[in-house]
Formats: sequence, structure tokens, C-alpha cells
Amino acid sequence: MEHNSAAIAEHGHSDDGAVKEIWKVTLILSVLTIIELVLGFWMMGMPDGALRYSIKGSIVILMLAKAFYIVGYFMHLKHEVRNLIMTIVVPLLLFIWFIVAFLYEGNSYKNLKNTYNSYYKERTSQQQETKEETKEEKGEEPKKSDAAE
Amino acid sequence: MATTTATAPVKYWSGGKSPFNVEYGKLMMWYFLMSDAFTFGAFLIAYGTTRFATNGWPDPNKVFKSYPFASESANAPLVFVSIMTFILIISSVTMVLAVHAGHKMDKKGVVKNLILTIIGGLAFLGCQAWEWTHLHHEGAWWGQNPFPNADGTVATTNFTNFFFTITGFHGFHVFSGVVINVVMLIMTLNDKFEKRGHYLMIEKAGLYWHFVDLVWVFVFTCFYLI
Repeated sequence: MEHNSAAIAEHGHSDDGAVKEIWKVTLILSVLTIIELVLGFWMMGMPDGALRYSIKGSIVILMLAKAFYIVGYFMHLKHEVRNLIMTIVVPLLLFIWFIVAFLYEGNSYKNLKNTYNSYYKERTSQQQETKEETKEEKGEEPKKSDAAE
Repeated sequence: MATTTATAPVKYWSGGKSPFNVEYGKLMMWYFLMSDAFTFGAFLIAYGTTRFATNGWPDPNKVFKSYPFASESANAPLVFVSIMTFILIISSVTMVLAVHAGHKMDKKGVVKNLILTIIGGLAFLGCQAWEWTHLHHEGAWWGQNPFPNADGTVATTNFTNFFFTITGFHGFHVFSGVVINVVMLIMTLNDKFEKRGHYLMIEKAGLYWHFVDLVWVFVFTCFYLI
């Protein structure tokens, strides 16, 4: 088992190249974040539907891309020995099952409740009092907007 | 490593070599971070499962719409949280630069970039403290949720419970990251690493700090965007 620290510290990058890479990755991360934000603003107030779900899907893909750049370049994993990459990445593949199974389970539980538990369905469809309405009840600054609903 | 495979492939498992080619502490940091990733993953998946299992969910754009010194009626969704995101990204960059300066045995560069990283971390914590206080004043806390669902129906307290638990757990990681970075700064200023002959300790602290940034990428997406 021989490795001296100097050999580890040097990862075979030239100085300028390494700094250049850092700034390049910074730029990529910023651009990805800005795209995410633009998508976030775009889907504001959009009704649920195919378009909204595909925007959400794209945001998740952008999130994974950001994760790749942070882990690969900032945490330097991309330049490590293949053995090390595999011991980190392979166990994380468990997440694929983890996410799919649990979200499917949650969704199925909701559908079951809505189908067989009419009390749950009724309770979750009650409208919440808005702030203005509570204020009017208390008699504080009555609003002109029609309260008849 | 793609660069070395052009010559004879290195036989890492035939003895005489470190199969992972990193020192012990760094390898253990990686394994710790992997286990921490599962902890955060479990939190976020629990959040996702609950959200999928619930009729209706509050609209994050209606909940997180304020920023410091704004009036009551301010409506600026995503603005404050994107500032927080950029603070964390920039502090991650200064951390890489500190690690890079460490490779070159450049003490001044390490100190400068570590200080910048610590400032970034403290700024992020300050932002989070403000946000928590603001939400608390609006009546949100563990077990109480004043925000209705996006469709106007009564929401459960799951939304606030998960929000405060997960951002709190992440904030705790940021806090411990700042403490670690302060320790690294003190050690650097005391020439500990100069005497050791290498700055590998900064790399380990850096791994932890980047992980904190990485988790925020997921928290930001899951709570504020989607």
C-alpha cells in the first residue's frame, strides 16, 4: 500500500487548466440555475396538465445535471480512480428503486383513499377561509369585494 | 482514469497499490457523505410520498413570496430563494479555489478563499434565519400551517412539517460546515498544514461543503420550484 501524499495531491491537472475548469463549471451551474428559475416562473399559475408536468420533469433533469457537475468537478469524483467512482455511484443506484417505489405507493394510497373513504374525500375538499374573510368577520376594515360566495 | 489507460492499464487490485488511490480520511469522508445522502434522500422521498398521497398541496409561489425589508403585500416568488441558491453556489466555488490553492501550497490563497467560503456560509444561514422567522410570524411552524392548498382547500400540516424538518436539517449541515471551515482556517493560520507538508485536510472539508451545496440543489428544487 504505497501512496505518498504529494502524488495524491497532484491530480494531473495543469494549474491554469484546473482554474479554467472551475470557472467553466461555475458558469454551467449558474446557467442551469437560471434556466430552472425561468421554467419556475413560466409554470407559475399554470393549470395542472401535460405541459406543467413536462416542465417539472425538465426541472428535475436540470437538477440532476447540476448534481453531476457538483459531484463530478467540484468534488472531483470524475477524476478519481474508477474503483472509487464505482463504490460511490453503484450504491446510490438504489435511489432509482427507492423513488419509483415510494412515489408509486403514495399515489396509489391517495387513489385508494379517494375511492373508498368518502369522509377523507369530503374533508379534503373543504375550502379554507381566506385572510380577508376572517378579517371581515372580526369587523376589521370591511372590504368592498363581494363576500357572497 | 482515461488519461492513463493509453499506456498499460494500472492493476489496482494486484497488490502494492492503493486500490482507490486516495488517502484513508478522504475515502471515509466519501462514505460518510454517501450515508448522509441516503438520510437526505429518505427525508425527501418521505416528503414526495406524502405529497403524492395527499389531495392538494400548498403552492410554494404563494408561500415563499417575500424578501427582507419588503412590505406585507410583496409578491416576489422565487426571488429570495434564488439569491440563497447563488450564495451557496458561489461559496462552493470559493471552496474549490481554496482546495486548489492548497494543492499549490499557497497558504495565502487558502486563507483568502476559506474566509470567503465562511462568509458565504454565514450569509446563507442569515437568509435562512430570516426566512424561518418570517414564516413563523405568518403562523407557520411544526404542527401549524396557515397556507391553503393551491386549489383553496384546507391543507394538512405535512407541508410545514416537512419544510422545517428538511431545511432545518440542511441548515444544520451548513452550520457544521461553517464550523469545520473555521477550524480549517485556524489550522491554516497556525501553519499546521505547512508543517504537515500538504493541505489534504482542506480537501476533506471541501467535500463536505460541496455536499451541503449539492443537497441544497435538491431541497431548492423539491420545495421551491416543483
